Formats: sequence, structure tokens, C-alpha cells
Amino acid sequence: MGGDQKVGRRAARTWGSNKMTSFVAEASRALRRIISSPISVMEVCGTHTVSIFRSGIRSLLPPELRLVSGPGCPVCVTDQGEIDCALSLLDSGVVLAAYGDMFRVPGKSGSLASRREMGFDARVVTSALDLIEIALESPSREVVFLAVGFETTAPATAALLLEASQRRIHNLSVLSFHKCTPPALAALSSDPELKLSGFLLPGHVSVILGHEPFRFLADDGGLPAVIAGFDPEQIMAGLVEIALQHQRGEARLGSVYGRAVRPGGNDKARSLMDRVFVRRDSCWRGLGPLADSGMALREEYSEFDAERRFSLAPVRGTPPHGCKCGEVLTGRIFPPECALFGTGCTPASPAGPCMVSAEGACGAFFRFYRRNGGSRCV
Amino acid sequence: MCLAVPHVITEVLGENRAIAAAGAVATEIRTDLVNSPALGDVVLVHAGFAIEKLAPSESEELLGLWEEIRRLAGEPQGHGARIK
Repeated sequence: MGGDQKVGRRAARTWGSNKMTSFVAEASRALRRIISSPISVMEVCGTHTVSIFRSGIRSLLPPELRLVSGPGCPVCVTDQGEIDCALSLLDSGVVLAAYGDMFRVPGKSGSLASRREMGFDARVVTSALDLIEIALESPSREVVFLAVGFETTAPATAALLLEASQRRIHNLSVLSFHKCTPPALAALSSDPELKLSGFLLPGHVSVILGHEPFRFLADDGGLPAVIAGFDPEQIMAGLVEIALQHQRGEARLGSVYGRAVRPGGNDKARSLMDRVFVRRDSCWRGLGPLADSGMALREEYSEFDAERRFSLAPVRGTPPHGCKCGEVLTGRIFPPECALFGTGCTPASPAGPCMVSAEGACGAFFRFYRRNGGSRCV
Repeated sequence: MCLAVPHVITEVLGENRAIAAAGAVATEIRTDLVNSPALGDVVLVHAGFAIEKLAPSESEELLGLWEEIRRLAGEPQGHGARIK
């Protein structure tokens, strides 16, 4: 059975759309015609990584196209020291709430999930604003939101802080480990070891930021950079656009996600973030400290700053022994190249965050690549 | 974590709140981040917030690229791509 036919059947099951399946197959043929020499493209967003696996896109790519995962899984890039810092808060008897992805990320003293089993009060929330209700229900307890995520997620935290401030909810605070995407891409685009040929840019971060913050990748870095959505057809279109630019010797910022991404981004969301957060240096797993890549609470909101309230000082942490998440999320190795992959690190017993998170590259490789018995991962 | 799911607004509840449905599942969302949310708008919802309205049709840039892809895909094998 040919690759296109295999994917065609899988795609029909997955998407139930002959039109979409046909387009993906056409894009695959186009890629094979365009690409004549090796190129290496980084899909920045973890949601892209999972969509690429789930849809079988990897099996459709020509062998010259190397697709590597980037630092677009917020849980994965959160530094080990930040995770340990958050876990230490539980010892103070606080209610610590976080999005579900964070719960099984291992730190020095277990994970949020394992410590909850020990009786500590760690809670999963699906929206930052859930914290308001939790804080009002427990007025005698300190309630802390562990705020992790990129520009897509930070506006919700900003809305929480505004509401807490307006309603004078004084037993609520935020531990902000939010991170900004462009500085990480700046570091990777100039890394001579990676030799990237282009970036598939994160669609939902771009919904907030718009085009401008990513333009430097093409204008200064000379790399094609294309904003893409998360359907298989959009991902394939983005890859074709990168390949076309590369083949023509061009480098432009493009977008194949115009339905959602306005060139100027979302002003309201950015205004909200600017009102509450100020840039600060931040430490990333795999990338180390990056200038102006984090979001701290502005002075006006300092009473809600958990770092101040609990005198916390996150320091750069040491990853679990043998864990190569840092190399995986910067595209230096593929997950199966980590000695722990599939043996000392599995979704049931993860050693590092890239195996835990629904968007982590290790978890995606484990769930899809191994099961399919594929031998080609590069 | 940056996952955002398209929802249709089925009821506007007042300032900054609406009911939105994804398939058969309806949920209350916040609309602080979008301009003038209205009944029938399709919005991307992330972590309980509508982060943007989806335009009714694909962009010209993507439609043009699709045409280019179809042209490239249809070219005979072994002749190389005529890249414009």
C-alpha cells in the first residue's frame, strides 16, 4: 500500500472529509516535487507536534524534509527550578491550583499529583478565573495560581488579576512563570548547531501577537517563517510555503491561518497583558536564561505576587538524571534518542515533562510513533 | 496548552460573558478579549476565554497557496517542479 493511500485511509477515519484528505495528499506530492535537498523545519508549537503525529503527516513527508519539535509546549519549557519552587509552596499549606498538564510533571519532591495523593491541596482548574471561586470559598486560606503558558494563556491570568484586584480578594496570588515565545525563537534561529531552514510558527500565540513579533526570523535571520493553524491541511500548507520559499532562496513571514490570525494580533489581549505584566528574564528548560522572556507582575499588582508574598526565589533547577527533555524541545535530538525513552520514561511513569504533557514531543512519539512501528523519525 | 477550540456563540449573557457550543457541548465563556461578540459568531476558545473570532472564509494567501499546491501536485513525475 502506498504512503498516500495509507494516510488517505487514516485521514478519512480521522477527519471524515474527502476534500481534506485529497488536499493533504496533493500537498504531499507538491512537497516531493519542491524539495530537492535536505531541509530542517521546526514546528514550534506542541499542538502542531501532536496534530502532525495524530494525522499521520510524518509518513507523507519526503525524506529530505526533517521536521523537528520546538519549545512550544509550555509545561515542557518550564524550568525544573520553577517546578520545584511551585511544589515547595504546598509545604506552606496553601491551595495550589494549576492547569491539568502541570500535575504530573516531576520535581525534586514528587509532582502536584503525587503530593495531592499525600494530602496536600493541589487542584486542577480549566480556567484561571476558577481561582476566584476557590478563593471566595476558602477565605481563611491562601490560594495560589501556578501560571504557566505563553502569550495565548497569559491574558486569562491577567483577567484573573484584574478581577481579584477589583473585588479585593486578598487571599489570592499568582506565581507567574509565563513565558514569551519570540526570545526563544531568536535563540534557536541563531543556533549554528541546529541549522534550521524554517519555522512553522504557533497559530494561537500568533492570534495574540500578530505577525510583527516574528518578522525578525525572516528579515534578520533569513529564515522562512509561516504561521499555521492546526488542521492537517493547514500544517501541510505551511510546510509547502516554507519549502517553496527555501527553494526560491526567499525568506518571508507568511501566514496560512488568516481565518484566526490578524496581522496586528489581538489588541485587547495584549493590552490586558501589558496592564498586568512586565517583561523579565526567565529560565527555560533546554535554553537556559533568556533576557526579557518572562512575565512578572507589575508593581501595581505586587500584592498578588506569590513570589513576594511567600518570599520565593526560583533558581535554575537540575533536570532529572538522564532526562533529555532539554535537547528534545530544542530540536537537538529526537525522543527515541534519549536513553530513558520508553523504558525509564513512559507516560505512566514519566521522568521528564515532555513525556507528561499532552503536547510534549516525547509523549507524542511514544503514543504514535512506537505504536505505528515506524522506523523513520527524521 | 495553547489548544483553542472553535465554538459558536449561542447566547450573549451580558458584559464579558456568553454561552458557546462546540458540537453538542455548550459552555459559558468569557468574551473580554474579543470585540462585540454576537450570536452566531465562531470564536476560538482557550482556557475559558474567546481569544479571537474566526473569519467566515479562508484567507486569500491560503487560497492562492492551495492553487499553487494543486498545480505542483499535478505536474508529471520526474520533470521537476516549475516553481514560480
